[in-house]
Amino acid sequence: MSSEATRAIEDAFAEEWGRIVAGLIRRIGDWDLAEDSAQQAFTEAARRWPGEGVPRQPGAWLMTVARNRAIDRLRHERMRDARLREAAALIDDGPEDEDEEELGDDSGIEDDRLRLIFTCCHPAIPLEGRVALTLRALAGLTTTEIANAFLVPEPTMAKRLVRAKHKIEHAGIPYRVPPAHLLPERMSGVLAVLYLMFNEGYAASTGNELIRVDLCAEAIRVARLLNRLMPDEPESGGLLALLLFQHSRREARTDPSGDVITLEEQDRSSWIQAEIDQANAILDAAVRGDAIGPYQVQALIAACHANAPHADATDWARIAALYKRLLEVTTNPFVKLNHAVAVGMATGPEDGLALVDQLRASGELRDYHLLHATRADFLRRLGRNSDAADAYREALNLARTDAERRYLTKRLREVSTGPVPAEAEDA
Amino acid sequence: MRYMMLVCVDEAMELELPAEEAARIGPEAQAWVSEMEERGVRVQGQELARVQDATTLRVRRGDVVVADGPFAETKEQIAGFDILECTDLDEAMEVAAKHPVARFGALELRPFAEG
Repeated sequence: MSSEATRAIEDAFAEEWGRIVAGLIRRIGDWDLAEDSAQQAFTEAARRWPGEGVPRQPGAWLMTVARNRAIDRLRHERMRDARLREAAALIDDGPEDEDEEELGDDSGIEDDRLRLIFTCCHPAIPLEGRVALTLRALAGLTTTEIANAFLVPEPTMAKRLVRAKHKIEHAGIPYRVPPAHLLPERMSGVLAVLYLMFNEGYAASTGNELIRVDLCAEAIRVARLLNRLMPDEPESGGLLALLLFQHSRREARTDPSGDVITLEEQDRSSWIQAEIDQANAILDAAVRGDAIGPYQVQALIAACHANAPHADATDWARIAALYKRLLEVTTNPFVKLNHAVAVGMATGPEDGLALVDQLRASGELRDYHLLHATRADFLRRLGRNSDAADAYREALNLARTDAERRYLTKRLREVSTGPVPAEAEDA
Repeated sequence: MRYMMLVCVDEAMELELPAEEAARIGPEAQAWVSEMEERGVRVQGQELARVQDATTLRVRRGDVVVADGPFAETKEQIAGFDILECTDLDEAMEVAAKHPVARFGALELRPFAEG
């Protein structure tokens, strides 16, 4: 296949898959048929474009082929009356009008892909189903790819997707952008799904990259689309900026052996500046309004890190203030822990330690290794080496990955006078 | 679409509600019924007697097996039901959220099977 055609198909897939599936679902109400027809359109493009050339409007070409495939399938099923009526309605739409519509701009709330996003992320679908369905229907990942991304067997993922689609069909989940009174709540649900998708990729970035699709990149792609489709929703810009800031550090987060490199010790020249610039611009536009939601605040925090030329130049006082602001709208213990870290950096380890000890006394995050690692860090900075060593040992017992264990073992060795336990060495 | 709304409560917990809250439930449920009937979303409904009065029956190998009590030993039991006629699940959820039992019990929205 010519490389021009290959690239055109890849571009079209990224741009058009969601649009085609979303449009077909609205017209025929059948999710599987919509996905199959879109798949057939891309297969046909792969067969014809290299010889016939790339059509002038690839998106319109694909939409037409996909719609025709859907009509063919419905015709084959015309013995079933209901289907016949649907097919008739579909044909009556007239192809020219349809193409015009498909080529319409992305602005308006009525974009089919927006309907698709909100439907995939409906709160009545289980959370894991929401994530899987968004990746399948909107981002066009195959069931195999999604199964690999979440490290579950393919039949499990297939079942998850079938169940989600059944629920939409049988429980009467509407295919629409929610009305104004439901929008704030549903919007935060959509953002939560994208954030979860990104974090799944972020946390697993040391896994086997060869078989795992890049969930971070997929989450950013959908967040970008959402931000383009809902430009007046500041939190969509907040989320997109947050994800871009985090993702811009992907090359710097681990060393060649896969070990975690802390923010402080990362090589900032390997942060991707173009993405940071873009995130800054998106965040600037998003925080112009009055109401600043939690994703915008988190993006502002990420911006403090991203824009500091070196670790010592980090504006920890501002970060501490932003975490405090975040704590006004959430009781999330992880936010409390981050607040403690920032305070410790801004005004000294005593203040940070006091907050971590408060959190520890509450019992929250008792089993979270970073609570103990943070505490150990403050103790180390205060010169309380033996207390620090105890805390590092607690953290080691709770750490989940080899890379984390290696990092903590290194720290433990720095504050230990006696021998470091062998199991910690091996880990 | 038609939904069966199962109104489920933990009877033990219901007895421990503050008197003031307990007294409000009846009138509020009445108001909910009137509002939803007026809107045309509540087709019918009924509060049920306590589970201690329930009888569960099964036929096994031709024998009728009768047991005292509900079919499932769960903390929350079905205390009543309403049949709703709604445009979609979002409307059914909105209607259910207004029911006073939602504040301390659980409301299950079960779509009628099609066909």
